[in-house]
Amino acid sequence: MSEKKKPILVVNNLKKYFRTKKGLLHAVDDVSFTIDEGRTLGVVGESGCGKSTLGKTILRLTEPTGGEVFLEGEDIVSMNEKQLRKTRLKMQMIFQDPYSSIDPRMSVAQIISDPLKVNRLCGSRKEIDDRVDRMMDVVGLAPRLRDSYPHELDGGRRQRIGIARALALDPKFIICDEPVSALDVSIQAQIINILMDLKEEKGLTYIFITHDLSVVKHISDEIAVMYLGQCVEKASSDELFSQPLHPYTKALLAAIPVPNLSKRHARPTVIRGEVGNPIDPAPGCRFAPRCDFATEKCVGRNPELREVANGHFVACLLHNGEM
Amino acid sequence: MNTSNNMLLKVENLQVVYKARRETVYAVNGVSLSLKKGETLGLVGETGAGKTTTAYAILRVLPDRTAKVVNGTIEFEGKNLLEVPENLMRHGIRGEKIAIIFQDPMSALNPIMKVGDQIAEALKFHNKEELSPEKIEEQVDRTLELVGIQKERKYDFPHQLSGGMKQRVVIAIALVCEPVLIIADEPTTALDVTIQAQVLAMIDELREKLGTAMILITHDLGIVAQMCDNVAIMYAGEIIEIGSVEEIYSGKMQHPYTTGLFGSLPDLEKKTDRLYPIEGLMPDPTDLPTGCKFNPRCPRCMDICREVQPGFSVEGTHRVACHLYGGGTGRETDE
Amino acid sequence: MFMGKKSSRSMSPLQETIYRFSQNKVSLIGLAVVILLLLVIIFGEFVTPFENGVKQNIRIRLQGPSAEHWFGTDAYGRDIFTRVLHGTKYTMMIAFPATFIAEVIGIILGACAAFYSRWFDNILMRVLDVFQAIPGQLLALAVVAALGGSIFNLVIAMLIARIPASVRTARSIMISLVGQEYIDAARSYGSRDYHLIFRHVIPNSLGAMIVSMTINLSAITLQVSSMSYIGLGVSPPTPEWGALLSEAREFIITAPHMIIFPGIAILLTALSFNLVGDGLRDALDPRLRD
Ligand SMILES: Nc1ncnc2c1ncn2[C@@H]1O[C@H](COP(=O)(O)OP(=O)(O)OP(=O)(O)O)[C@@H](O)[C@H]1O
Ligand SMILES: Nc1ncnc2c1ncn2[C@@H]1O[C@H](COP(=O)(O)OP(=O)(O)OP(=O)(O)O)[C@@H](O)[C@H]1O
Ligand code: SF4
Ligand code: SF4
Ligand SMILES: [Mg+2]
Ligand SMILES: [Mg+2]
Repeated sequence: MSEKKKPILVVNNLKKYFRTKKGLLHAVDDVSFTIDEGRTLGVVGESGCGKSTLGKTILRLTEPTGGEVFLEGEDIVSMNEKQLRKTRLKMQMIFQDPYSSIDPRMSVAQIISDPLKVNRLCGSRKEIDDRVDRMMDVVGLAPRLRDSYPHELDGGRRQRIGIARALALDPKFIICDEPVSALDVSIQAQIINILMDLKEEKGLTYIFITHDLSVVKHISDEIAVMYLGQCVEKASSDELFSQPLHPYTKALLAAIPVPNLSKRHARPTVIRGEVGNPIDPAPGCRFAPRCDFATEKCVGRNPELREVANGHFVACLLHNGEM
Repeated sequence: MNTSNNMLLKVENLQVVYKARRETVYAVNGVSLSLKKGETLGLVGETGAGKTTTAYAILRVLPDRTAKVVNGTIEFEGKNLLEVPENLMRHGIRGEKIAIIFQDPMSALNPIMKVGDQIAEALKFHNKEELSPEKIEEQVDRTLELVGIQKERKYDFPHQLSGGMKQRVVIAIALVCEPVLIIADEPTTALDVTIQAQVLAMIDELREKLGTAMILITHDLGIVAQMCDNVAIMYAGEIIEIGSVEEIYSGKMQHPYTTGLFGSLPDLEKKTDRLYPIEGLMPDPTDLPTGCKFNPRCPRCMDICREVQPGFSVEGTHRVACHLYGGGTGRETDE
Repeated sequence: MFMGKKSSRSMSPLQETIYRFSQNKVSLIGLAVVILLLLVIIFGEFVTPFENGVKQNIRIRLQGPSAEHWFGTDAYGRDIFTRVLHGTKYTMMIAFPATFIAEVIGIILGACAAFYSRWFDNILMRVLDVFQAIPGQLLALAVVAALGGSIFNLVIAMLIARIPASVRTARSIMISLVGQEYIDAARSYGSRDYHLIFRHVIPNSLGAMIVSMTINLSAITLQVSSMSYIGLGVSPPTPEWGALLSEAREFIITAPHMIIFPGIAILLTALSFNLVGDGLRDALDPRLRD
């Protein structure tokens, strides 16, 4: 604890429920965390566990059902439209799908300049053009692509456009929602290098959402593991990989396909049971139906997220000293 | 040479071009591969390598205005698919014997139709005998559960599902007719590892039960290691290395491109600051380099590589097209 | 999709669509006919004055085509060529506004349904279901029967018959657009709703809407004519195409030219709109895009 940490984002008890025909769908349920400036929080978890919703709710692209989100001390949840638009200049998002996240009717330059235009940030055309050129340079897009249209470009280049667009407003904080999942390994490595360089140069703070655990380990300082809308474990990246505590985290780590033949013929590890239902979940540990260590104590009461070692939080009765 | 009895699919010297405006995109340039019943072949390569085009050519779903199969044969269960009339293709082969799991789940699903109805529709379309509505309903429920989605969610529209769930619905649609060959175009790219493991295990199980063969298109070398019997590495429309998983992963006689692919992966064992992607990009398919197509990016490029296209060097079932290993003689001269 | 080595040759999606459309010969013919129709509407009076089409001359009644009367004459000796030519105007006067207004209403309601609250969408869908349960033709007939057959009333009738379909089309197009992540992205960097609608949703839906518009035009042309034919459209002296057919009914054997030429006009028009629509659809289909 030598340098002084300054929290840039504080999320308290954030909730997002969707109303559906079958009942309330708890997409994000009571998630809290803090990110210090210049750090990267990795968020991993099963498909549908609410990672994207978490990202979108923090940006208020969907209205939270409850909770608080402070960006540099300002509460985003209670802001009105105007304040929100101003605050959004500081936080941006890189989206999951490089195909659907950029408007096919706009050229590369138009896409990157759109944030500047709608916020009326640059006075002259020249200023906008300069800025677009600089952004393209930063993310490694050749200047000749300025007037190309997205359909002429491959996924890697499209994702670079998405990154350039997010950077155009010079944000401090970026939510990367699976920015490399749709890209192949070599391009993925190029994009990750860009993101890491940017972080270095500009002191950016990231939330890095992914389901690729090898990527998340590489890029994150801390990792939060989500299960059915809740954060079940949070620790520094090294600690999580060396000392996973929550049974779900353990299963997750065991399921990583490794690019060598050591695990071949060992049947892929499958967590038994069905993916739980996020609609009107009963109180209790949501992993219980699939957990090998579940006891009757696990049902009926929510295990709290508790700090069990320095900076290592886990929400499991096994490790909470309650069992 | 093979007892053609258990040979399911044999693609030979497939060449596909796209005529785009006044240009010709050389997307697939002489791909040969074969697949036995129940076998899984991994088709690996960077974006733009021509993996999807190869798959589409097999299923004959290439855009008919722009794409053209210039050369080659695709033999499936003894028939040359390139000569089968379209209505036979539609009612008996495509979706029924050969199913495809499309790369992009959103464009494969109808945004204004409930997902359950979409599965039911696939079922009705391909079933010769009439199924009662209850039977269909039952099978829809079963299929959804097979891919790990609660059956109540069949009333949802695609936009109400997460990205991974949509992909699983697409997989469910492909599986519902119990095909003999599945072409899975990056089926688990949008899924997290646990669901991925589950889906792969499920595909595996189905394969064992029904003897389903699979072409698994992916760029995840981890999945390939787990799932596949054989691997074909594609680059710029060509297969540059093919062999059994053991041969490819042994690192012996490895193509420099394959080496690059392995090198781009973040290593879970040790923490590095930077990753080492293959420099540069896939060449422009309208203007491919002469000689070895990988030469502009290859760290071990030699003079000969810029002029002469390497042929296969063969060692057992392992074939590599690279001058480092002799580079064979002519190309594609089987036997 | 590939490597974009061609900044100078980059085409916007619009240019690309035009280019691809221009490669489609059949649709170009359709477009030529549509342009011809527009020219006829504007310059018809110079080709043959309207006067020729109303001036009665019993002495030359029911004559076949000749150098003087290209399409022959009708029961009152009026020049059918003139009547068909000027009929274009009346048919289009109904078809164009009806289609256009139906499309605009479709876009607005569709955008609201896709963009705003669920309940609006739900109510809209229920209302549309009710409308769709009644065939459009019947609905149009009912309106004209109630209001009487003037051009204005016909436009109303066509609107009512067509709006459900165009709202439905627009809604499904918009819903699939609003689900796209670029809308979320635009919102995340501070776009207001009108930015979203005018910069992203409408431009992206326009192509598909234009396609549905041409197809609507073709359908309405046929529908208007068929209504006039059964006497529930524009009343006889006005040379609306359907009315021309209606007049020709009695003479179908003795003077078949009376029915042939307006018939051809109707078919050709409907067909051309359809061809243009098909061509546009192909030109806009991203899967065929190179
Ligand atoms: N607009 C919506 N209406 C109703 N339910 C929704 C909506 N958006 C998301 N959900 C539900 O919320 C849950 C979380 O979805 P989310 O997209 O956040 O998952 P995710 O973790 O990002 O998954 P993936 O890895 O597949 O992208 C899912 O059960 C999903 O079906
Ligand atoms: N409809 C088309 N018209 C013109 N060129 C096309 C078309 N579809 C694909 N191509 C080109 O053909 C080449 C092979 O594309 P293909 O989609 O088969 O690659 P892929 O290996 O599946 O890549 P990815 O991993 O991105 O899916 C690419 O260069 C691509 O740009
Ligand atoms: S709380 Fe109980 S059920 Fe939940 S993970 Fe821990 S041991 Fe398993
Ligand atoms: S043939 Fe030459 S350029 Fe091609 S991969 Fe081998 S060494 Fe590299
Ligand atoms: Mg997501
Ligand atoms: Mg592909």
